[in-house]
Parts: sequence; C-alpha cells; structure tokens
Amino acid sequence: MADLSAWDRVTLARMLERPKSLDYINNIFTDFIELHGDRNFGDDKSIVGGIAKLDDISVTVIGEQKGKKAKENMERNFGMPNPEGYRKALRLMKQAEKFKRPIITFIDTPGAYPGMGAEERGQGEAIARNMLEMSNLKVPIICIVIGEGSSGGALAIAVGDKIVMLENAVYSILSPEGFASILYKDASKAKDAAENMKMTAKDLKNMKIIDKIIDEPDGGAQNDFNQVVKELKQYIKESIKELSKYSEEELIENRYQKFRIMGK
Amino acid sequence: MGTVLFFPREKREPSPNLPNEVEKLIIDKVKKVNKQEKSVKNEKASDMLIGKWIKCDNCKEILYKEDVHKNLSVCPNCGKHFRLSARRRIKQIADEGTFEEIGKDILTKDPLKFEGYLKKVESLKEKTKIEEAVKCGTCKINGEDVVLAVMDGNFLMGSMGSAVGERITLAIETSILKRLPLIIFCVSGGARMQEGIVSLMQMAKTSAALAKHNQSGLLYISVLTDPTTGGVTASFASLGDIILAEPNALIGFAGPRVIEQTMKQKLPEGFQRSEFLLEHGFIDKIVERKDMKDVLTQIIRLHK
Repeated sequence: MADLSAWDRVTLARMLERPKSLDYINNIFTDFIELHGDRNFGDDKSIVGGIAKLDDISVTVIGEQKGKKAKENMERNFGMPNPEGYRKALRLMKQAEKFKRPIITFIDTPGAYPGMGAEERGQGEAIARNMLEMSNLKVPIICIVIGEGSSGGALAIAVGDKIVMLENAVYSILSPEGFASILYKDASKAKDAAENMKMTAKDLKNMKIIDKIIDEPDGGAQNDFNQVVKELKQYIKESIKELSKYSEEELIENRYQKFRIMGK
Repeated sequence: MGTVLFFPREKREPSPNLPNEVEKLIIDKVKKVNKQEKSVKNEKASDMLIGKWIKCDNCKEILYKEDVHKNLSVCPNCGKHFRLSARRRIKQIADEGTFEEIGKDILTKDPLKFEGYLKKVESLKEKTKIEEAVKCGTCKINGEDVVLAVMDGNFLMGSMGSAVGERITLAIETSILKRLPLIIFCVSGGARMQEGIVSLMQMAKTSAALAKHNQSGLLYISVLTDPTTGGVTASFASLGDIILAEPNALIGFAGPRVIEQTMKQKLPEGFQRSEFLLEHGFIDKIVERKDMKDVLTQIIRLHK
C-alpha cells in the first residue's frame, strides 16, 4: 500500500474497528492477567497492563487502550491517559524489572489528556518520570506503535530498545490538527500538515527513529489480523532473544545511545 | 449652530508661572530637539518615549525602563517578574566573567525541510543576537563551580528542537564528566513543532541523560520561569532533585487554552501558576529573583 498519502494513514490509524492494544495482547500472548492502579490515586482505563506469557516466557505488557465502540471509547477516555495511567505503567515496568521480565508496550493515543485534573496531578512530571526511568530499566523493552502515536503522551511509554511501527500507524510530535493550528493558524489544514510532518512508518524508518515496520494487509490490520499478529509475535520473540545477549549495563548503554544520536 | 468650538488664540490662558516669552522659548527648544533626534534616529518622538518607559502588564504602572533593569527586571511597584533573556539571566546568576559557553557550535537543524523555518531562524538570530533558544556553559556562582543552562524565550518561544535538546544533553554530560552540580533555567513553549518528531525525541534524550546524571549521584536544580510548558515541562524541567520556580510563573503540560477547550469551562484564577504547583506538590520552593543566586548557592553548599 505504498501509494497511500500520510493523511490516508492517519485516517486508517484512527479507525474505530482497527485492532486495539487488548486485541494484540490477547492474541500474541497467553495467560494475560490484567493488573490495576497506580497505588497513589486511581486506575486509568486508558492504559491497560499486566503479566502474560509469550510462548514459554513471562513478560509484562502495557498498552494505551482506545475503545472500538463509542461507549467503550468514552470509558477509555479515547486513549488519552491521565498521570495515574502513566504512573500505573511505571509501577508495572518497575515490577517487570524486579522479576526480570521483558516489557512490551503498545502505543495508541491522540495524546496525554489535557484536563484540569491531569494538570493538578502533574501530567508533565508523570511523562518525564517515565522517560527517565525507562531509559534505566535493566530489562529489554520493545515498543510498538499500533495506531496513533501522538506527542509526549505516546513517548511516555515508548522509550525502549526496539521501536516498531505498524505500516499504517503514525507517530508525531502532535496531531496534524494541532500542528496545523499552531503553524498554519488553521486546524482545517490538517491534511497538508500530515504530508509535511514526516509521521508515517516509512518516514520514521528513513529518519532512523524506528527500527522496523510491520506490514499490514490492504485496508488495514483488521482485514487480516492473524497475519499481523503472527508477524509481530515473530518480531517480538526475535528481539527478546537478541536483546537477552546483552548484559544489563550494555542494554542500558545501547538504549542511551539509541536516543542520544537523535537530532545530533 | 452658533457654538464657538475654538477659543480665539488671544483668549487662551497662559501657564501660571511662565511668562509667554519663556514658554515660547521652551516649546521651540523641544520642537528643535525632537526634529533633530527624528532625523538622527529616524524615530518618532513618541517611540522614543516608549523606548524609555514600559507599562507593567500586571499593575499597569508606567515604569522607567532603567529602574526596572536595576531591579533585576522585576516591577518595583507590584513585584511582577518580567521575562529575561538568557544573557541577562546569566549576568544575574553567574559570577562576573566566569561564564564559559559550551555547545555554541550546535545550531538549528531542519529535519522536516519545513518551509520558511531556516529563514525565520536566520532573521531571529539577527534580531535577538542569539543563535538558539538555550545558552549553556560552566561558571561560578558565589565561587561555586557549576554547569548552567539558561533558556531564552525570545527565540521561537524557547521551544526545544534538536539544537536545544543537544545543547542541554551536552550540558548534562559535561556536568557528569566534571562532577559539577547542574542548574537549568527553563522557559519554553514546549517542543519545537517545525522539527517534528526529532523535537519530540529530544524529550527522551534529555530525560535519558538526566537518568545517567541521577545515577552519578550529582545534584540537579531545575528552575522554572514564566512560562514553562509542553515538552519541556514533560522532560527535564520536572526532573530536578530540587525544583525552584519564580513567583507567578505559568507552568504546565497542556496550555491553558487547550485545557479550556477540553473542559469547556474557564480556568480558575492562578491555575498552573507557581503557587498552584507548590500547593499541589510539584515544586519545592518559590524564589524571588533577588534571592535566586543566594538560594542556589545555599543548596549547592548543602550538597558539598
């Protein structure tokens, strides 16, 4: 599907029927047990997480979760996490480190929630803290952008050893609408913005921001979900095997260098 | 209508203490001076006045610019902390003649080939006489060696693109290498849109560098000034061992307008201001500009 425009992919990435984090979690892994809460304020339904089996190894899985129907999407706050969501993710990641489990994160968010409560509870601090802690975790981290990866809200669970995108996923500093309203003073120019933002998987691979693109069938991942799951599972397994060769120090230093060279 | 709109000239009252002749002389003199300066500086007389005076946007008092500068760019009337250029800030914080800049050769990049971006940067450079939105270096503060990074809001709102991220990272790494305390003065509208995803990644890069800094057991003091928002709040600004803020600075992740649109309501007075953040537990202390250098010194010495 090489002839799709960036805006076409934005549209595909946002489709309600597109597979969400829990679809990937339930189909790639077995024995998933969901764990809740940040032990501080609450349980954010826009981020799910827990422990599961990848064939015979235990892993920690975390994902930003949108709904597939309007009502569920509202319950999930359209996949826009509050600080407690990021803090739940961090708690589960620290737990993974303690029990030496690899971490797999699924990114799918229009951005961190810009609400009053989010500000009162330190949205900026929560995102910053996650990035700092993730860059220091002693276990392999694989981050997969499955739909929309927008702004710091995406990056807060996307500091890892391998950054992967589905073919029609997008990853950017801000939504094209937000970008257009800031730089073109006109949110309706979102289409133009999308073309100029270099936000597609191919763009990001060329810019060496991501490591791998997972192919999708025509019309999007939902049209042959099993195939996408199979390819993704294969990639996760290979990556964990590869990353397991490194000592903890090497793993952390390589991860540091991975981000260190961006924009250098 | 037979109303007389203008008094005939001879009926105008003369100034009480001045004979007409003297008054005329003064007026002529002022006219002459204005005319001369106009031709020399190519400025209107009113612009010259505005050039020397500013109006405080908080208390509305008209202030003599030089008085404000002498008062560290704080309103002598109401205490409002005006925004500072990096150059002025460094002058206030670093011991005279000790600041040695690092990373000066790290300049703006254009990864998106975004139309008009580099042109805009060039004209800004000329206008502001600075080359990017942060100035980093080593210096002494009351004799204590530190690494100091100071952002500048005059350069594309202090936004963080690759150059800012790279300079900040270099400052952090220098601090680790030389085992010196690190101080970052933040002022920023957030990640720089024109560099797209590369700007976003600077958040991860600077945070990762601070993770290393943290592991090294070194002190990092983050100072938040008006405004500190977006991707800078969501990275190094919020990661200080100790976080200070100037009074009444706007500090937040999402901008107030975005939040108002989301919540469909007006935000309460003082929302996202330093005092609000202190109350909610996200900063350690609010420090007035006149005390900043001494407070920084005290904290540095407490870590020796």
